[in-house]
Amino acid sequence: MKNKKFFLLALIAALSLVLAACGFGGDSKSGDDNKSTDDSKTDDSGSSKKELKLVVASEPPSLHPQLATDTTSGAVLNEVFEGLTRLDSDTVPQPGMAEEWEESEDGLTYTFHLRDAKWSNGDPVVAEDFIYAWTWGLDPENMSEYASILYPIKGAQAFNEGKGSVEDLGLKAEDDKTLVVTLENPTPYFLQLTAFKTMAPLNQKAVEANEDWYTDAGDDYVTNGPFKLASWKHNDSIVLEKNEDYWDAANVDLEKVSIGMVEEESTAVTQFKKGEIDFLGSPFQTVALDSIDSFKSEDKLNISDQAGVYWYKLNTTDEVMKNKNIRKALTLAINRQELINSVTKGEQKPALGMVPVAIEGFEEDRGYYKDNDIEEAKKALEAGLKELGIAKAEDLEIKISMNTSEAHAAIAQFIQEGWNKELGIKTTLDNSEWQVYLEKLNMLDYQVGRMGWIADYNDAYSFLEMYTTADNGNNDTGWENPEYKSLMEQSIKELDANKRLDLLKQAEAIGMEEFPVAPIYYYTNLYVVGDHVKNMAPDVLGNFQLKNVKLD
Amino acid sequence: MFKYILKRLGYMLLALFVIVTVTFFLMRLAPGSPFASERNFPPAIEEKLNETYGLNNPWYIQYKDYLIDAATFNFGESMKYKARSTNDMIAESFPVSLTLGIEAMLIAIGMGVLLGVISALYHNKFPDYAATIIAVLGISVPSFILASVMQYFLAYKLDLFPTAGWNGFIYSILPAFAIALAHMGFIAKLTRSSMLEQSNSDYVKMARAKGLGKWKVVFKHSLRNALLPVVTYLGPLTAGVVTGSFIVEQIFAIPGLGKHFVQSITNRDYTVIMGTTVFYSIILLFTVFIVDILYSIIDPRIKLKGEKKS
Amino acid sequence: MTQQPLDQDLFKVVGGSDKDSDALAAKSVSFWKEVSLRFSQNKLALGGIFILIIVVLMALIVPEVSQYKYSDQSGVYNAPPSAQFWFGTDELGRDIFVRVWAGARISLLIGVVAALIDLIIGVVWGSISGLVGGRVDNIMMRIADVLTAVPYLLVVIVLLVVMEPGIIPMIIALSITGWINMARIVRGEVLSIKNQEYVLAARTLGANTWHLILKHLVPNALGAILVTMTLTIPQAIFTEAFLSYLGLGVPAPQASWGTMASDGAKAIADYPWRLFFPAIFISLTIFAFNAVGDGLRDALDPKLRK
Repeated sequence: MKNKKFFLLALIAALSLVLAACGFGGDSKSGDDNKSTDDSKTDDSGSSKKELKLVVASEPPSLHPQLATDTTSGAVLNEVFEGLTRLDSDTVPQPGMAEEWEESEDGLTYTFHLRDAKWSNGDPVVAEDFIYAWTWGLDPENMSEYASILYPIKGAQAFNEGKGSVEDLGLKAEDDKTLVVTLENPTPYFLQLTAFKTMAPLNQKAVEANEDWYTDAGDDYVTNGPFKLASWKHNDSIVLEKNEDYWDAANVDLEKVSIGMVEEESTAVTQFKKGEIDFLGSPFQTVALDSIDSFKSEDKLNISDQAGVYWYKLNTTDEVMKNKNIRKALTLAINRQELINSVTKGEQKPALGMVPVAIEGFEEDRGYYKDNDIEEAKKALEAGLKELGIAKAEDLEIKISMNTSEAHAAIAQFIQEGWNKELGIKTTLDNSEWQVYLEKLNMLDYQVGRMGWIADYNDAYSFLEMYTTADNGNNDTGWENPEYKSLMEQSIKELDANKRLDLLKQAEAIGMEEFPVAPIYYYTNLYVVGDHVKNMAPDVLGNFQLKNVKLD
Repeated sequence: MFKYILKRLGYMLLALFVIVTVTFFLMRLAPGSPFASERNFPPAIEEKLNETYGLNNPWYIQYKDYLIDAATFNFGESMKYKARSTNDMIAESFPVSLTLGIEAMLIAIGMGVLLGVISALYHNKFPDYAATIIAVLGISVPSFILASVMQYFLAYKLDLFPTAGWNGFIYSILPAFAIALAHMGFIAKLTRSSMLEQSNSDYVKMARAKGLGKWKVVFKHSLRNALLPVVTYLGPLTAGVVTGSFIVEQIFAIPGLGKHFVQSITNRDYTVIMGTTVFYSIILLFTVFIVDILYSIIDPRIKLKGEKKS
Repeated sequence: MTQQPLDQDLFKVVGGSDKDSDALAAKSVSFWKEVSLRFSQNKLALGGIFILIIVVLMALIVPEVSQYKYSDQSGVYNAPPSAQFWFGTDELGRDIFVRVWAGARISLLIGVVAALIDLIIGVVWGSISGLVGGRVDNIMMRIADVLTAVPYLLVVIVLLVVMEPGIIPMIIALSITGWINMARIVRGEVLSIKNQEYVLAARTLGANTWHLILKHLVPNALGAILVTMTLTIPQAIFTEAFLSYLGLGVPAPQASWGTMASDGAKAIADYPWRLFFPAIFISLTIFAFNAVGDGLRDALDPKLRK
């Protein structure tokens, strides 16, 4: 009897051991398949192989150029695909797949001349590849969530919304190497868009051969960028390898880029400090708020302007927030500089307008209001309370909504304190998860709600367009203004760059009289770079060009 | 025995049904949509997305579809990770979690029993206190604190382990310990008290009186009997190890299933939520079941509940 | 034979009935005396009680008398412990000392209330099931069986997502399946007591079910219930901390030990005190409850009676 018992116990132990061995075996097999080959190379030729080690915060939701919507996917796609143009560090479009191009007088027609470039399966990159990809993205059947980037193309919006047809798209391949694009309106930033992930070409053959071609690395994942997707272990890591067939391969220094997926910011910071990764800064994880001071004190922290704004949307359909003066009072009574110094710490710029200082033509303060102008805020509050028929500020209770995150909560708590101390307004905080929060904003089910906006292209239009009408999907404030709308419409048709800028500024001025949003700060890019990494810095849109990065 | 097993299987199916149903309706009640996005896209596209994933159907159709999916173990494509099937995601990540889990269990059981035995043998002497303190520490410190502290000191300051990732055995040590320590504490407590009980029993006194050494008695006699309560703890241990992995996988960037479960809920990725929930439930239900059967085999005194008429 | 009317004077009330039954209970007092004696010899358990008293007192007093409020931002950010801020300040310049004790209120509240709800549902469910028996018992226990099979944390996480984060949702989520264990224990106790003579006697005397439960069964099952409760509270505090790390904790600026520790864990490299203090008090409290629970169990265990 006793023996039987002991035997059973032993059996359990043995079983678990075998299982454990299996688990590791299995893992190291699948892991080391990629690894062993890679590792042996790195280990043998060791330091001679130039490898850049990065991490991102999550598994990229999609590595399909037309389906991807997020910056993590975008960061990878920008390296494995190449559009007609590629942005330089000042976001000026440079030749990519297109060697040169002509723009018509009226700004409506672009003729691109493609260079002799190859797909990773050996096919030449031709004009049809672009037409195929863009049409694919616009086809409502394919449910691309970012198709609106393609809307400047003539007939694109109508086709995407199911009202037009493919034939009416302003896309034409004159021959294999010549692509003619007709636009709906003159779009001064169109050449920037052609560098964007959604406008990357697709290899029709590869796409049609396997409709799930974009879910794994391998021969089916056909690309044309400076790097190839060498391996993709889901939720674990991505490895890029230099594309020897890339037209500019001679100038690409990196041979390999490994990108781990590390969700926890503090873990990524530790990895950087320990030298396990070479770079930290969005989209390659972020410099955690709590580590900013220590990086600063070691003189490691780099800060550069970013074309993005952090603002509080104010729901103009709300009982209280519909009052312009209340909105003004809240906007003025924020001590932005102190918030930046003590909470966000990234040397962000106090936002005194809707368009960030990183945007060309908006570098100077337009003087709409002063930071932390308590006096004016109190006046506006008094006027607002009178209009609403509320006796005193203490009777107001305002809810700040945000998606759950330590950083947003910290900012909100800081502003909450300020409103309470300076204006006597009570505020409560309302956290919800991202997916829930987005719906809340959309349904106008909030009073004050935080949002960030980072431009996809370097132009003020990106920040102002969403407030043109109340139904614009990104407006989320219920605010619209006929004058603002007409200024925006004029700006679309305007060909003269200076006049266009002026129209946009006038529109911004209206926005900053009525305050559908309370701008808080303009983003900066915070990043730390390993000592041996050269030439790795984000542009104002937060893009990286790893093809230019050098390793010592 | 056979009747009992059938009965238990029946309960498990019922429990599974309850879980699927409850999860389905809770997720329907939960605000938020998988397709809410920062940049808005045309309503036509959203409509199309909803249609493709069947979110436009009335709830009973959706419910029926889910039940069928659950019954056939085919949960469809993730709504967040484009064109990735839920089954693939589970198949890829589960082996990782399993390896980590088994390692954690071995550590918990091995060290727990060892500490318990030491405690009992040196009852009320220094080794007892030392072992008890270690056990108590394990029980009292939440796993994420332990994980962060270990990562900081052992991986960063002392550079003994890699910080994060999953590239071989060395990567699994810290996370496995972080999951295991709390359970190690419980097991040590259990072992200690049942060892003490055994050492008061006549057969142990007899063995000692015959002149058998302390440790020999432990291994030849008392440990076997003392381990019975530990076997009952295997069920909760599995559950704890599985759920413990949610956080530890996040901190150590391990591509396991726990991370998927938590992320799918925040993403409202309905297909993955259902897939992981059903999968986890099956595993947990089966472990408890197996433990119960094991226990009845090991300890003849225990009769399975269904066996006797009550 | 003629029937003689009973002379009422023959029967005299010799002593108040209620008082008598209390006097009878004296025996059980001596049982409790013995328990408390054995408990007081357990140094670890006494230490636990001592820690708990201090923690509760501090949680009650400190937030009331401190010059800072838990949400006040002092303007000194991430300051290390000093004479001014005993435990330092956090990323918003809030005094960690006050926040630890304000957090203690929330963590203890969540733990204790969740345990109390478990207790109430468990006692009602378990005693009805045990007392009524038969088919009712069968159905009630099968329901409990199915519910135990449901993995606890999966349900808690899903529930917390549905209800928005807060103290009350947290308590509801924690007690949704927590009561089953209690119900089982109570049922077991009830079954073992149910057929004893004094309960049968009470029944024959026409005591109703509720009277039986409250006057007879609960006091007898009290030991087991008490032990289970003291061990449920730390479990709840632990789970709360775990959920906080997943971002499902109480909303800011409120703080529980769980949310403080999970924020602090991320700052361990640069501002270790933000993790250290909440972590220490979570661990101490969980340790104390465990020690007290174990001590109670040992003290109540008839096998260890001398």
